[in-house]
Amino acid sequence: MNELIFFVNKVLVSGMVLGSIYALGAVGITLIFGILRFAHFAHGDMMTLGAFITFILTVLAASLGIVAPVPMAILVLPLAMVLAAGMALAIDKGFYAPLRARGAKPVILLIASIGVTLMIQGLIRLFSGVSSRSFYADTPKQIFRIDMSAIGATRPIVITEPQLWMVVLTIVAVLALHFFLTRSRLGKGMRAMADNADLAQVSGINTQLVVRVTWIIAGSLAALAGTMLALDVTLKPDLAFNIILPIFAAAIVGGLGHSYGAIAGGFLVGFAETMSVFNWAVLLRPFKETLPEWIPNDLSIVPTEYKLTVAFTILIIVLLVKPTGLFKGVSS
Amino acid sequence: MALVALENVEAGYGGAPILKGINMEVDASDIGVIVGPNGAGKSTALKSIFGLLKVSSGAVKFKGEDVTNSLPDKLVYKGLSFVPQEHNVFTSMSVNENLEMGAFIRKDDFSDTIASVYDMFPPLKEKRNQPAGELSGGQRQMVAMGRALMSQPSLLLLDEPSAGLSPRYMLEIFEQIVKINSSGVGILMVEQNARQALAFASKGFVLANGQNKFSGTGRELLDDPEVAKSFLGG
Repeated sequence: MNELIFFVNKVLVSGMVLGSIYALGAVGITLIFGILRFAHFAHGDMMTLGAFITFILTVLAASLGIVAPVPMAILVLPLAMVLAAGMALAIDKGFYAPLRARGAKPVILLIASIGVTLMIQGLIRLFSGVSSRSFYADTPKQIFRIDMSAIGATRPIVITEPQLWMVVLTIVAVLALHFFLTRSRLGKGMRAMADNADLAQVSGINTQLVVRVTWIIAGSLAALAGTMLALDVTLKPDLAFNIILPIFAAAIVGGLGHSYGAIAGGFLVGFAETMSVFNWAVLLRPFKETLPEWIPNDLSIVPTEYKLTVAFTILIIVLLVKPTGLFKGVSS
Repeated sequence: MALVALENVEAGYGGAPILKGINMEVDASDIGVIVGPNGAGKSTALKSIFGLLKVSSGAVKFKGEDVTNSLPDKLVYKGLSFVPQEHNVFTSMSVNENLEMGAFIRKDDFSDTIASVYDMFPPLKEKRNQPAGELSGGQRQMVAMGRALMSQPSLLLLDEPSAGLSPRYMLEIFEQIVKINSSGVGILMVEQNARQALAFASKGFVLANGQNKFSGTGRELLDDPEVAKSFLGG
């Protein structure tokens, strides 16, 4: 039974965590693509920036002597999301809006976003150095061990407190986004603009307002995802830059411009990654006596170092089989 | 005072002007129909009213106010509504949501306007929760017109409402246009099916080469042997 618990910990819990982060990042990318029609390469760094904002607020709150029953990072997260949304608006106004006003093509905006990537990373390194930081420098990470002796296992299912928060907050964020997009006037206006920007303008939809709301949502979700990632691992200047490619893969797999597709794509890529690096031979161990000798001890699909290839393999397969993505996306 | 008036409008897409000084006037009681050969500038004339391309000289006046080169989303607030020829529905959104988007500028309760659109186009009511992209061409045209009516405009601009429709649907759409007009909405439309459209037009404009060729009531244009010979296929 321990082997099964090992599978749950390594594949299901890790996949859920990775999937949540990918999903939240991919939603931002897909919304920006749907409304502004360009691939926002700097999205990973917006996530990192959001995590740093949370970190600074956490330190500030701790120095003020605030104590809370939840981790400090979770307490300050709403404020960090607001600040990150403001940052996203400022980045748009400073770098992308002037280009749009001159009628720049999407590829120009993509290049500009690579510039923003370099700039954000540079600024973070300038102010905080290149070292990794931990949200749990002072207090240890709380770890939940779910006893599984009832089914005859000696190992527990292990889930850390930030992982639990991540899953809960992802569900809350996805539900909130769903109700915003399907129930509110502005949310429907956003879908209308992603569907047909010219017709949206002809209908009197305030397209400038929709653009601002898009950045607010994308920026705050990026801060959420970045903070969660930093809580799970450690905070460093290239925290989310390293996962921007699987996030893009998730958004494309789900169908660019399609929010639900991005969420599905995020979890698909997340689980696929953990399943591919999982050593499936572990599950066969209980039957070792009865199985033939030639079965190797390592049955993982790819070595851990090649995890990044998994996202692209899925991407290529989906693009070959269903070029519009799992859900029908908008084309550029 | 005319509801909408074009005064010596010159407009184009940046290069040589497509409209070379055209004049038009439509009242709230009118159904104005623009006809003419391909490339005459018919659609361009509608787009120049709705701010979708740059008017380089001349003026567009709506209810006496100069609205030349206003932004489309601002013109909706003033009471203009436009149905483009193509891509005129939100394909991924339901019929009902398409209508809601037409009412985006309204802060009041618009449920009775939605009800009146469904009365006007009964097939839409059954398909209210279906994505508009799944509907037939004729039903899409109904959604497009319904969407445009949701803002309760005083002038409705229609770009070839019968394009690609079967004769049965064409007649149905034309009938609804007459009904919309009788409820007090001025109509200005571009139409390829010139004979059928001029038959119910109170004002007809024949454009050719970006200029006014003939103007008159629909009947006058239909009876004019020269118009019939050059523009209505004999």
